Amino acid sequence: MHLADKKLEPIWDKVRHEVRLERDDALALFETDDLLGVGRMADHVKTRREGDRVYFVINRHITPTNLCVLSCSFCGFARKPGQAGAYEHTIEDMVAMVKDETREVHIVGGHHPDWPFEYYERMIEAIHQAHPDVQIKAFTAAEIDYFWRRWKIEPREALTRLKAAGLRSMPGGGAEIFSARLAKLLKYTGKADPERWCEIHGIAHSLGIKTNATMLYGHVERLDERVDHMVRLREQQDRSGGFVTFVPLAYQEAATRLVPRQTPPADSLRTIAIGRLMLDNFAHVEAYWVTLGEETASVALHFGADDVNGTLEDERIQHLSGAKTPAGVAREQLFRMIRDAGKIPVERDALYNVVKVWN
Amino acid sequence: MELTGERVREKVLAGERLDRKDGHWLLVEAPLLELGALANEIRFRRIPDKRVTFVIDSNPNYTNVCITDCQFCAFYRKPGHPEAWTLTVDEVLAKVESAANAGATTVLLQGGHNPELPLDYYLTIVRETLRRFPQVTPHFFTASEIQTVAKVSGLAFTDVLDRLKEAGQRTLPGGGAEVLSTRVRTRIEPKKGGPDAWLDVHREAHRRGFKSTATMMYGHVEDTDDVLDHFDAIRALQDEWGGFTAFVPWSFKPNNTLLEKWITQHKGPNAYLRMLAASRLYLDNVPHVQASWFSEGKKAGQIALHFGADDWGGTLFEENVHKAAEYVNTITVDEIVTLIREAGFTPAQRNTEYEILRSY
Repeated sequence: MHLADKKLEPIWDKVRHEVRLERDDALALFETDDLLGVGRMADHVKTRREGDRVYFVINRHITPTNLCVLSCSFCGFARKPGQAGAYEHTIEDMVAMVKDETREVHIVGGHHPDWPFEYYERMIEAIHQAHPDVQIKAFTAAEIDYFWRRWKIEPREALTRLKAAGLRSMPGGGAEIFSARLAKLLKYTGKADPERWCEIHGIAHSLGIKTNATMLYGHVERLDERVDHMVRLREQQDRSGGFVTFVPLAYQEAATRLVPRQTPPADSLRTIAIGRLMLDNFAHVEAYWVTLGEETASVALHFGADDVNGTLEDERIQHLSGAKTPAGVAREQLFRMIRDAGKIPVERDALYNVVKVWN
Repeated sequence: MELTGERVREKVLAGERLDRKDGHWLLVEAPLLELGALANEIRFRRIPDKRVTFVIDSNPNYTNVCITDCQFCAFYRKPGHPEAWTLTVDEVLAKVESAANAGATTVLLQGGHNPELPLDYYLTIVRETLRRFPQVTPHFFTASEIQTVAKVSGLAFTDVLDRLKEAGQRTLPGGGAEVLSTRVRTRIEPKKGGPDAWLDVHREAHRRGFKSTATMMYGHVEDTDDVLDHFDAIRALQDEWGGFTAFVPWSFKPNNTLLEKWITQHKGPNAYLRMLAASRLYLDNVPHVQASWFSEGKKAGQIALHFGADDWGGTLFEENVHKAAEYVNTITVDEIVTLIREAGFTPAQRNTEYEILRSY
């Protein structure tokens, strides 16, 4: 490979020979002008692992409530009780949101001040009973930690009970950026800290619950903090092995104005690529199209990403569906993104079992 | 495949001209980022600094009346249609004035092929623009409009070019090329003539000292050979007079057009980046390649700056043709400066002929 920045050559040697990259390598990848060189290395790794396959899932997001006891600076979603726009879904509502064609339901919500743990348990149970074939991916490590803070239910007990109720996997949210400096600056000290977040994922892995890992970037974090974050995730994966997908999340500027604009697409492409290169023990790296936008997500399929998340059905898409099923419409949108990149769409479930290869 | 890639790379770096086989590799086989990296390397050889230019411009239209019935067009109306309109000279000049007041240095004026408009209409617009708004370059009338004016006035198109030049015009916009392949043009715009209808006007304009751009609208019925025909035609003409300032590709917007139902896969950002990078490498004699934030989206435009493009296009204060296909996108000068900077480049304002007016 001819790299425009010769400083990347020793890194390319490591990548080619499947040698683990170090912290300094990741920093060099963040600092080089040779964006496409970084991308090509990540594409090499992605292609070695997955060929031209790109995964997606027919999924549905459910947010049980936006009431939250926390006040994280980056969050434009949370409300306090009595505040305009606050809502709480009933279990019946949530059961009705899931359609049979949905493969994965993703449930993440605010840290509700009063809902008992049993409410969450019943929620999972009711959805599972109504839709036994739908895989439930629910509750971030931050929420699991909150069940301890609020109700003194140990994560192991909480996860064991939720698994018995029908939970199949855990999303990777709540990780934000693993940095004490930022936790303090952005007022998320009331949330599971990096050790606790990793501990809870480790417990989940020991119980046979697969999980994802996110990183919220593009706000006021430093590049070395992104690198630390990736290194911590990699170390945890070495210990417990249950992470499936790394999901870098571009900060959405509109909500809270921590920064005036979303980080540019080149930064997102680079971050995805470095995620693919650093996290050599993660099976998948996702280009989450909802925050990146379709264009960047589509191009990211050449920068190491092998997954675009899913159809994220909501009422709007269902309303627009006309004669086609909502999933059918959403599928076509994802096909367009994946095929424009010259890749093969592979429909999966929450655990990456292949549902169908859409040749 | 690896061997072809190496061969193309060696040829490009040695300044050797690429042939159609190489072009096929660029357009079909090359791994996208390998292609992009090579295009980027050549871009920096040609323009060594990180400068990315843009122009403050507007893109108004003087008429939507057209007798040419192109299948890809959502903008035109036949003569006598209730939605048909034609602006008076004064109305056109009012649009030029509003562009000039907003800081435009270029007005790209184009319209349908209206058989009712006399030569004088066009010449007056050029003269009055230059007289009243000397800061504005009249970048008026695409090749097929010049062909139309010639027919309507019973002149040769070369006479029309001479008259426009006398009136003070020095540049032509590159629209109306679509894909310069006989097969494609016969299929989507049978009344517009083959590739020569476009190429001849640009050749004769270049001979007279005009500068122009070369465009390409892809993503409909063309195949790889058609695109290579287009590239070959542009490159060969550029060898003659060197009058093209830039190559400007964009993807077809199908809504409200007759061609819509034939489109199976819309060409998205990856197809666009491939087209840009391929054109940078194949069109070795065209100085600039434009990243079209307007037609491909601002994010795709920013990414394109890493794939060989060195120009951001214009502000396009007014635009109606894509709008007729339900495609709308707007931008300000401040936003252009921010977008170029964020992508890691240095913005510079240019004029129609790509001379730098202001560096940021």
